[in-house]
Amino acid sequence: MKPLTQVLVVEPSDIIREGLKALLGDEFVLQAPLREVPVDMPQRLMRQQPDILLLNPTLLNTPARMQVVSLQQARPSMAIVALVYQYVDPQVLSLFKTVLDIRESGSRVAQLMRECCQPEQEGGEESYELSERESEVLVLVARGLSSKEIADELNISIHTVNSHRKNITHKTGIKSVAGLAVYAMLHNLVTG
Amino acid sequence: MKNSFFTARMKLSDVVAANHTLILVLPRFGIPLGFGELSVQEVCSRYGLPVDFVLLVFNVYTFDDYLPDEDDLQRTDFSLLVPYLKASHRYYLDERLPHIERHLVHVAGHAGDRYGSILKSFFEDYREEVRSHFGSEECEVFPYLEHLLAGESEERPLSEHFTENHSDLVDKLSDLTQILYKYIPGEQLTEELNELVFAIMQLSADLQKHALMEEKILLPYIYQLERCDCREQGNDPDCATPRPDTVPEKRRLG
Repeated sequence: MKPLTQVLVVEPSDIIREGLKALLGDEFVLQAPLREVPVDMPQRLMRQQPDILLLNPTLLNTPARMQVVSLQQARPSMAIVALVYQYVDPQVLSLFKTVLDIRESGSRVAQLMRECCQPEQEGGEESYELSERESEVLVLVARGLSSKEIADELNISIHTVNSHRKNITHKTGIKSVAGLAVYAMLHNLVTG
Repeated sequence: MKNSFFTARMKLSDVVAANHTLILVLPRFGIPLGFGELSVQEVCSRYGLPVDFVLLVFNVYTFDDYLPDEDDLQRTDFSLLVPYLKASHRYYLDERLPHIERHLVHVAGHAGDRYGSILKSFFEDYREEVRSHFGSEECEVFPYLEHLLAGESEERPLSEHFTENHSDLVDKLSDLTQILYKYIPGEQLTEELNELVFAIMQLSADLQKHALMEEKILLPYIYQLERCDCREQGNDPDCATPRPDTVPEKRRLG
């Protein structure tokens, strides 16, 4: 049997925490919840080894980026999920693996948690080198082709193209087409 | 949950101590340094500024979880919204981008022909994009709001194209910093590269908040006025938003 998923909830509201407990059911083991982010949070994560950290982003101090990065480093395999019920800057939300809005339907809550702890890649350390296929896609992006045109050119589905593009951005940290074009030039994938 | 946003009774110096980047926002309101121990309220009275709007900007720039709701929008005096946004545009175009360009040209000149020309052309394209983006806002969106405020009926609904490429403006700056510190050989340029990267990151953070001001404040405010406009045409007495009789006099900022 698949081991149960350990979830650590960091959320000040009793109502929300109890609601989550009721909705997540037996499939998830809820660790003793926290009401705030303690200073020794990274150490706790290493000790308690949760699979999912469900965290209310308003508990983070500004800037949030450093804290999310350090929590992730403390336990790289853990999915950090934002638990949201008010407005939060989209830039902050983008630091999280996914966002759980408490207005989601009850059944969707457990499903979302299941999805976010699936490993992205089979086995072992994640590689930040572009695969051969990703390099091909990158070159076509840099030439200004749309996802649809790339799909036709490489004879793959548009869904696959988009998934390659997502991986390229994840690996290089570069989001815009113009930025990717520069990346491709600097790496001699295309000529300026 | 944090609910500790800035208030009118706080000293401006405490507000700035809590978020030093607000020092860059003050000139857009025409607030000079040297405000001593004055509170936000006192500073605003001194310079004839609506304190609720100034606080709204300070809060947007400081707290990631701050967003005014519809009631806040209705209560706030937005006479300075457009002048403020325009002053921000001037600051980006006339001060920050030329500052970044000077550093970038220096770095490009020492990074070798190949890297240099790629960097310069990326930056030039970017500056043009920013210029045309701001231009279309100033020629289309801001006058549209002023018409609404003046009670002139607008046949054509607000085109939303200007909200779409904000994220692209921010993404490209982030991409540029990544490229600079990851792929440009920096042995002889450490100091210049650092200056450049810091200047771009500062602009990028500022632009992010500027985009929030436009997407989360300007747009909802326009929609609110539009809704009110429709209701008024149907003679709905519940229309609550007070409407000034004339276009608010544009104040010069910064």
